[in-house]
Amino acid sequence: MTGADRPAGGTTETATSQAARPARGMRGRRVLAQTRFETLAVLRNGEQLLLSLVLPLGLLVFLARTPLLEALGMIGPGADPLTLALPAALSLSLASTAFTGQAIATAFDRRYGVLRQLATTPLGTTGLILGKLGAVVVVVILQFALAFAIAAVLGFDAAIDVPAMILTTVLGTAALLSLGLLLAGTLRAEAVLAGANLVWVLMAGAGGLVLAHPGEWGTVVAYLPSGALGDAMRAAVASGTTDVKALIVLLVWGLAGTLAARRWFRFE
Amino acid sequence: MSQPALSIRGLRYSYGAHQVVDGIDLRADVGSILAVLGPNGAGKSTTISLAVGTRAPDAGEVRIFGLDPWRDHERTSVLTGVMLQDGGLPMSSKPLQILTHLASLYPDPVPVGQLAGPLGLDDFSTRTIRRLSGGQRQRVALAAALIGRPRLVFLDEPCAGLDPQSRAVVHGFIRDLRAQGVAIVLTTHDLAEAEELADEVVVIDRGRIIAHGAPEQLRNSSPENRRLVIGLAPPGPHPDLVATLDAIAPTAAGDSSVVVAGGLSSAQIAALCRAIAEAGVHITDIQMQAQSLSDVFFELTGRPLR
Repeated sequence: MTGADRPAGGTTETATSQAARPARGMRGRRVLAQTRFETLAVLRNGEQLLLSLVLPLGLLVFLARTPLLEALGMIGPGADPLTLALPAALSLSLASTAFTGQAIATAFDRRYGVLRQLATTPLGTTGLILGKLGAVVVVVILQFALAFAIAAVLGFDAAIDVPAMILTTVLGTAALLSLGLLLAGTLRAEAVLAGANLVWVLMAGAGGLVLAHPGEWGTVVAYLPSGALGDAMRAAVASGTTDVKALIVLLVWGLAGTLAARRWFRFE
Repeated sequence: MSQPALSIRGLRYSYGAHQVVDGIDLRADVGSILAVLGPNGAGKSTTISLAVGTRAPDAGEVRIFGLDPWRDHERTSVLTGVMLQDGGLPMSSKPLQILTHLASLYPDPVPVGQLAGPLGLDDFSTRTIRRLSGGQRQRVALAAALIGRPRLVFLDEPCAGLDPQSRAVVHGFIRDLRAQGVAIVLTTHDLAEAEELADEVVVIDRGRIIAHGAPEQLRNSSPENRRLVIGLAPPGPHPDLVATLDAIAPTAAGDSSVVVAGGLSSAQIAALCRAIAEAGVHITDIQMQAQSLSDVFFELTGRPLR
């Protein structure tokens, strides 16, 4: 029987017996479908592309190709600026995708009732969150692949602690995404739009995300998600070491952010 | 009696101290349309979100084909389709992208083209939701509610902002669904819509059901509330005539018509007409009006529906 000649309704018997057997694989397929939909939404959106790809990769090329880092005394004379430019671009990529991008997208989805609508489908709220996480992971992998490709073309040749980099990425994503969703689920969409962009600028400019800060300020930002992510990424990529303290700071922020988002996130 | 598509008993829900749903009982059956009427803030939308299991009730019981939509959401969500008041559509996506995606979430979806064609979505399929008119968005939202081949459909103000043509299309869709054995729960402000479509109407106010029955039943429940409207020429005022009529039956006067309330006998109607003739005034129109749902609502709540 084709869909065309089958009624949308049916007897209650078929309705309940069909409902009584939720297909196992369906759950995974739905999350994948949501991941795909959310990923395409990011890649089709000009502002998201600017934030997630153009700015971090532009920063990479800019820092690697200009004498800025040497002039600021961030690296020694003759040292390879890529050792700072690559981790800076990776950390900024994470902040764009997991924090600012998701916070804004989710806040507007919430405002327009998209979250409520999807919650009524078989996807459910858990599937929706997993789908968003999946989309973040896909975009981050894409960002990292492009950043490493560009760095390789520019002649990057330094030690990378791959497990530390992966751990940094996972914990950084968890911390930033949970805080971004907390913002998206508690404030008005316009406030999130302004706030998440402002925080992005602050994290990049003064939060230790892109460059380490000297002195007392450096000590302070090391305990913020942005500073801890910056420290851990700089240690893993270029120095080839593991910054355990920074990873613990990220873990704590991730746990706190997840608990807070679960407690206060409102679908409407 | 067959299992109800939706059965709600003693439902309660509050936001803090504010009791939004205060003991509601509802039942929706397959192949019938239940209209839920009520002013803004009456608790209609909250009742729907409790019914579809996106909120847990404080007290009471909701069953969708016998299943609890809060605890058994995955199974009940396959059986239900929901059209929310604000659409619930992602602004930067295009209609068919959204429908194709939603279809992939259900085990046995309706082919997208089968909804897009009749609802006229193809006319604007290249535009994002952001660039659609309110009426166009409503039609996409209706398609979104039906894509999973639901057995129970919740439509929250499905015709708000629609032009008469789209409205007729949507009404046709709703009637087809009923004919196919779907249970439909429809909230509306539009009394004409409720009278036209619904098999059963419940009126909700301040979180409680204040009236319940078939539309005719609600309207005819009190024959005293029928009224006679008589058009007069030349336009008045005619104070002496109104005083004479008022002595026959309670009369309210406008300039070009009088409204006589109450269950009138033929003798009273004849007396009214004779009095008008004797006053030398022409009768331009005579109508015996049944009470509308709007009157019923006003009478029950003491305020207009909108």
